[in-house]
Amino acid sequence: MMRLASVALVLGAWEWAGRKPVSPAFPAFSETMAAAWAMLLDGSLPAAVGITLAPLVLGIAISALLGIAAGVAMGLSSKAEWLGVPVFIVLQAAPLAALIPLLVLAYGVGLTSKVMTVCIMAVPVIVLNSFKAIRHTPVSMVEMGRAFLGSRRQLIAKIILPAASPIIFAGLRLGLAAGFIGAVLAELLISPTGIGDLITYNQSIADYPKMFAAIATVILLSVLFIGALDRVEATLFRPEKRGTR
Amino acid sequence: MTAAILPLAPAPAPEPMVSVRGITKTYPGGVEALSGIDLDFPRGELTALLGPSGCGKTTLLKIIAGLLPATKGEVLVDGRKVSGPGPERAFVFQDFALLPWATVLRNVAFGLELRGVARSEREAIAERHVAEVGLKGFEKRYPHELSGGMRQRVGLARALAVNAEVLLMDEPFSAVDEQTRRKFQEDLLSLVANQRKTFLFVTHSIEEAVYVASRVVLLSRRPSRVSQVIAPDIARDMAPDRIRRHPAYLDAVESIWQGLKQYVD
Amino acid sequence: MTLFGRRIPMSASLLLWAALWEIVGRAHLTILIPPLTEVFARLAEIVPTEGFAESLALTARAYLLGSTIAIGVGVPLGALMGRVPLLDRLLLPWVNVFVSAPLSALVPVIMALFGFGETTIVLTVVLFAIWIIMLDSRAGTLHVSPSLDEMAKSYGATPLQAFLKIHLWAALPEILAGVRLGLIRAVKGVIIGQLLVSVVGFGHLFEIYSSNFLMQHMWALLLVLFALAFAIDAVFAWLERRFDYFAAARQ
Repeated sequence: MMRLASVALVLGAWEWAGRKPVSPAFPAFSETMAAAWAMLLDGSLPAAVGITLAPLVLGIAISALLGIAAGVAMGLSSKAEWLGVPVFIVLQAAPLAALIPLLVLAYGVGLTSKVMTVCIMAVPVIVLNSFKAIRHTPVSMVEMGRAFLGSRRQLIAKIILPAASPIIFAGLRLGLAAGFIGAVLAELLISPTGIGDLITYNQSIADYPKMFAAIATVILLSVLFIGALDRVEATLFRPEKRGTR
Repeated sequence: MTAAILPLAPAPAPEPMVSVRGITKTYPGGVEALSGIDLDFPRGELTALLGPSGCGKTTLLKIIAGLLPATKGEVLVDGRKVSGPGPERAFVFQDFALLPWATVLRNVAFGLELRGVARSEREAIAERHVAEVGLKGFEKRYPHELSGGMRQRVGLARALAVNAEVLLMDEPFSAVDEQTRRKFQEDLLSLVANQRKTFLFVTHSIEEAVYVASRVVLLSRRPSRVSQVIAPDIARDMAPDRIRRHPAYLDAVESIWQGLKQYVD
Repeated sequence: MTLFGRRIPMSASLLLWAALWEIVGRAHLTILIPPLTEVFARLAEIVPTEGFAESLALTARAYLLGSTIAIGVGVPLGALMGRVPLLDRLLLPWVNVFVSAPLSALVPVIMALFGFGETTIVLTVVLFAIWIIMLDSRAGTLHVSPSLDEMAKSYGATPLQAFLKIHLWAALPEILAGVRLGLIRAVKGVIIGQLLVSVVGFGHLFEIYSSNFLMQHMWALLLVLFALAFAIDAVFAWLERRFDYFAAARQ
């Protein structure tokens, strides 16, 4: 109920500001929806979404694989921790978007640069969360495993990794959000394709309803993706969350 | 004479199950938790380790469990030197240490799972112990669906399921409410009587120690030494509710309190 | 890690990576990575120039202004959300969306509305920083212990007094944590804003360097930015630890 009221309030404000209008470059909600509907019908919006998702999905898959492996290794071995943690702490604070012009110089304007953009945005947070997840395994749970004679491999597979999976997943979620920023940034900065193309092109011909529709679409997309990830987490790893919400 | 105060190094009963020789534990940074502990734990009895909070009772128990290394000294279990956790010892944790993602049945069977016991076999064993601690019907539940008392019953069933001869219990009832605790204590008495296992029981409650234990070891403040060993002269076959009114019980509680008072600030 | 019985501090591994960087750069394995020593030489060359000083001043101004707005608006609003359920239910869904939304897509909107100047950069900074600040401030006042609340009531505090004298202070650890995260995001915002606007500040410098293929210049600039970001993070991490004891009053 309140959720609906909240949505209605913001969309109403948007509509009002667009009709007033506060700026010629600020279309009303209804105009934006009409533009979105038109782009949906002529197929340009679905096509753009497909193009944008390619580097995103690829980049996130690579980041998840490498990031979790690196983070878990750093959590389990003090040597890997010594080697890796300072680097990733610096990287997490750093504005890595500034690397994009470098990537373009080195790898051109194609898919490689875009996938790498997604990766550099997503990897640090995934690594550090996986590392923290392993480190925060409750001590008594690990002691329990040792008291009942678990081997090191059993402790990792049956206690440490399952106990760490919720925080690792939280890292994936943050990584996905960062990856979305990277994917859009890549399309705006490197070469206009997909949603980024819809945004820049419609901006240049001053078709603001279409530009807003493209932006709303990519934000909606991120909400859906992150929601889906939460759902996967709840069903896969968290019996204590399942059905009790 | 209702409570016999034994000498510091008690004349050992034939072949103690667990013996602790000169255990000293110094933590990095120089904090000395235990200082030259010598103790014997007789077979088939429940011995309580009692002392002021922070005195290193849990540290001693974890050294016996092989979870912590001692700085000096050695622990013998059934005559063999301890160098790590072993199949003849099982641990019951203060915070239960259950796997939140596993059902009650898998939690109880977990010790056997780690030993590579086949699934059907270990689950059959686990079911028996789930029933034994009174949780029949809860096999498919998850820990978060249980009360604190029920969770500790799971922890106890897990320790029983591996059929160890020594049960190490680290303040097992301190995280459950008072009524549940009393029920637990009564159940523990019949468990000791029926199982013929050796129990080491850490607690900070004087009443609990005297109620459940046939011997109470008093540890002094950090750095801990054994300050007294008291054997309350209570016949363990009397009805559970009679013990708490028995003069021997009350005297033992009082004499321990007199001994511990000096450490309380 | 310990080596030959001696503890080696964590940060020392960065030296190892720097050495590796130098080796890779000298071996000319990839044009992406020039030798570190050459990058540092370039750094010493760039930093004293007027163009760099101008960019830095502009970036710092936009960053400080944007962060101040984000904190000034985000902390009170978030803290109120934690205490006023109606406000919370109205705002929370949107804060949750924007805290993890691809905000880079919204920068073109700001550009369309406010042009290609400093205002756009400042607003980008606000846009990146404010949501996490709100969310953490909300978490802080939401979890103030009920007994502290009851204490305030029993001594006859008005809601405003309770908010200003108790809730805001009890929430300080979370608020500081949120501000730190917000400031890190603000650094990212100021850079992303400048890259997209690309006619002012470091964005402009990047544009010049990359159109002239000046790889060493770019790395030099990057190192400066990374160092600044890390310094901001470190200062706030230190502040946060100083106020940690506030949290003990909760539970």
